[in-house]
Amino acid sequence: MGKLTWAAIPLDNPIQMGASLFVVLFIGSILAIVTWKGWWRYLWSEWLTSTDHKRIGVMYVLLALLMLLRGFIDAIMMRSQLAVAAGGAQGYLPPEHYDQIFSAHGTIMIFFMAMPFMVGLMNFVVPLQLGVRDVAFPVLNAVSLWLTATGALLVNVSLVVGEFARTGWLAYPPLSELQFSPGVGVDYYLWSLQIAGVGTLLAGINFVTTILKLRAPGMGYMRMPVFCWTALAANLLIVAAFPILTATLGMLLLDRYIGAHFFTNDAGGNAMLYFNLIWAWGHPEVYILILPAFGIFSEVIATFSGKNLFGYRSMVMATMAICILSFMVWLHHFFTMGAGANVNAFFGMMTMIIAIPTGVKVFNWLFTLYGGRIRFEVPVLWSIGFMVTFVIGGLTGVLMAVPPADFVLHNSVFLVAHFHNVIIGGVLFGAMAGYNYWFPKVFGFTLNKRLGQLSFWCWLIGFYLAFMPLYILGLFGMTRRMQHYANTAWQPYLVVAEVGAIVILVGILATIAQLTVSIRTRARHRDLTGDPWNGRTLEWSTASPPPRYNFAVMPRVESQDAFAYMKQNGTAAVPPGEYEPIELPSNSPNGFVTAFFAVITGFALIWHIWWMAIGALAGAVVTLLMFGWFERVELKISAEQLAKDDRARLSRMSVA
Amino acid sequence: MSSPSAAAAYDGVPQPIAAFGGGGPPPVRIVVSYGFWIFLLSDIIMFSALFAAYAVLSGQTAGGPSAHSLFQLRHVGVETVCLLFSSYTCGLATLFLARRRLKDAYILFGLTFVLGVIFVSLEFSEFAAMVTQGAGPSRSAFLSAFFSLVGLHGAHVSAGLLWLTFMMAQLKAKGPRPFVLRRILCFSLFWHALDIIWVAVMSLVYLMGARI
Repeated sequence: MGKLTWAAIPLDNPIQMGASLFVVLFIGSILAIVTWKGWWRYLWSEWLTSTDHKRIGVMYVLLALLMLLRGFIDAIMMRSQLAVAAGGAQGYLPPEHYDQIFSAHGTIMIFFMAMPFMVGLMNFVVPLQLGVRDVAFPVLNAVSLWLTATGALLVNVSLVVGEFARTGWLAYPPLSELQFSPGVGVDYYLWSLQIAGVGTLLAGINFVTTILKLRAPGMGYMRMPVFCWTALAANLLIVAAFPILTATLGMLLLDRYIGAHFFTNDAGGNAMLYFNLIWAWGHPEVYILILPAFGIFSEVIATFSGKNLFGYRSMVMATMAICILSFMVWLHHFFTMGAGANVNAFFGMMTMIIAIPTGVKVFNWLFTLYGGRIRFEVPVLWSIGFMVTFVIGGLTGVLMAVPPADFVLHNSVFLVAHFHNVIIGGVLFGAMAGYNYWFPKVFGFTLNKRLGQLSFWCWLIGFYLAFMPLYILGLFGMTRRMQHYANTAWQPYLVVAEVGAIVILVGILATIAQLTVSIRTRARHRDLTGDPWNGRTLEWSTASPPPRYNFAVMPRVESQDAFAYMKQNGTAAVPPGEYEPIELPSNSPNGFVTAFFAVITGFALIWHIWWMAIGALAGAVVTLLMFGWFERVELKISAEQLAKDDRARLSRMSVA
Repeated sequence: MSSPSAAAAYDGVPQPIAAFGGGGPPPVRIVVSYGFWIFLLSDIIMFSALFAAYAVLSGQTAGGPSAHSLFQLRHVGVETVCLLFSSYTCGLATLFLARRRLKDAYILFGLTFVLGVIFVSLEFSEFAAMVTQGAGPSRSAFLSAFFSLVGLHGAHVSAGLLWLTFMMAQLKAKGPRPFVLRRILCFSLFWHALDIIWVAVMSLVYLMGARI
């Protein structure tokens, strides 16, 4: 069994054992409930094999919410450790465990929380906004989802069997080389990200093709909703950046598995090569996360202000400018490498230039709000909270773009505060705005407003309490990734940060309560019109939840904000003249089966169980060839059926 | 302005639809090949990361053999001719397929396959010779980068050979149905893209390496 022995189960560590037990019980109880209720058939035919972009989107977001919980548990453990481990005290987490926790926290929050959340929202919304029936490659879409889930599963398996990396979320060599990290932790990290990365790349290809090629008649580029534009930019970045990640992690894998010397200290290896390559992916990555969030805020602010987005063209230009500029700033992550004053100055200036298109966006949102009839629904709260918070985070980013300032702040908790400021205040607030905004479209009822407000305020206040002290501590000289510290003067700030984390915990509990209460009281909050917010874009023109085929007749787009234009001209609820039969992609177990083999292959490679790896790979190739041999049978829906369903929808709308 | 779209506007068809974005989604063949192009571009980016690594590490021989002492241009020249010629036969095969001259298409795809196999075996023999000389991928950073870059290309060609075999079996069994033809179109795009990458490998790795 390769390197795998019973010693891999962390029986000697009560905290880790408790966590393992929790993971096993959680997964076990879900499987038990599904079996007991007899839901397997339903689950298999409606979800696990689904190629419907809406279902896939829901599963992505569900994965993201689960991983948010996992990542947050890591976060609050770290904050509790630092609140007590001052002076001579060592706290309750030993260094080797603490190091695994901050590595897992970063990896999970970026790759398995933020990414799936954004990809999930794009999955659900983009085809609806474009007025089409699915993405370009529906089966590939399912494969993407399941490969992402595979990565998430492997990271969580590391909790139970073996260990996770202790190298931080980017696994810098030479620390991550075999010489200094001989355990399986780094291998868990590398294989999880390789597998999930392939899934993300395939999703990127899928969405670029969908947005550039599949649009309803009349949906020209300058009529696309801004969310589609930002999704396009994010997916172009995925296509251009993720192959670099695959290659870079591949090189580190070769170092670890066949004794290659890409990044080793000896035989001519060069660790700085890794830094350059990983950030050539890593900087675009943060824009992959934030650009769709910008799109969500644009949709939310325009809708709840009741007017067109101010400066649509400049918004598009700014998005594409950020898309290109994001590839020209990577070196600002290691100004201290010593590339020289001229190189540092160039990358410092490029970094500052990115603030210009971002500023354009902020002013566009402000001018959209100006003079609008603003309805303070929950998504708007998240959006306004974002604008205030994100500007602060952006400004500290511009501050660190000045190389001399960066020499002082590099690797301090000032940096930690900065990137949480933009990722929580930007990406997470955006994801939560999108979640509250599109939830009624997905499930046909609105979310509870009061608990939504509570969740927002807890997150906002908790964020400031947790991270403003870190800015101050960073200026005091506290470095990141410390398991304990000698200077007791820092402790009060870290206690405040701990309180902030607890307030955020209340916010997360409020989100869970919001979901539970909303499901229980859904009968009172049904959305029968399909347009609960008086929306402006095409996703609101169909029923909530939308039928499998999204639109009985593909909408004809005659302007920006196509649905608002239809409502204005009284053409929104008019039954179309003729229905034509349509073809839809049928279910496919392809994605699930691929993930099944990917889990086994990944696990076997991590533990050097070569026979199992070869067997699982061979199984994957054979089943993929089998799937490829037969022509796919598409699901056909007749014109009569469409007409019947659509008339029922229109009559429900007129009653409501 | 006497274009058809201007005339259509008078018939009550909303002109902007013709002017912006056209008439909705194109045929599947277009969508599939477009998506595959984007995949190829991403693949080329993956190679570019390895090219960058090779450029940084090519001088780092750690006292071991250098490019100059290892590369045999005659050997590489034969490989290049095989691969470039196989691209030509692949192109001809797709033209025959488009005219439904299936027998000619099979012959030329067969030729493509044979040339590909020759390429892969030549590369394999080169690698084997280097490893037996003690110049394997773990000898130095230069050799790690060399084996990874050239080996990744070789792995792509091998996967292409497997794909070509599968497509020939499918063409034989199912006939020139649209979904089979779409896949063969993607295969030919893939095969030509590997040629482009090989041209870069040939020039940047072998020619520049042998010169130094």
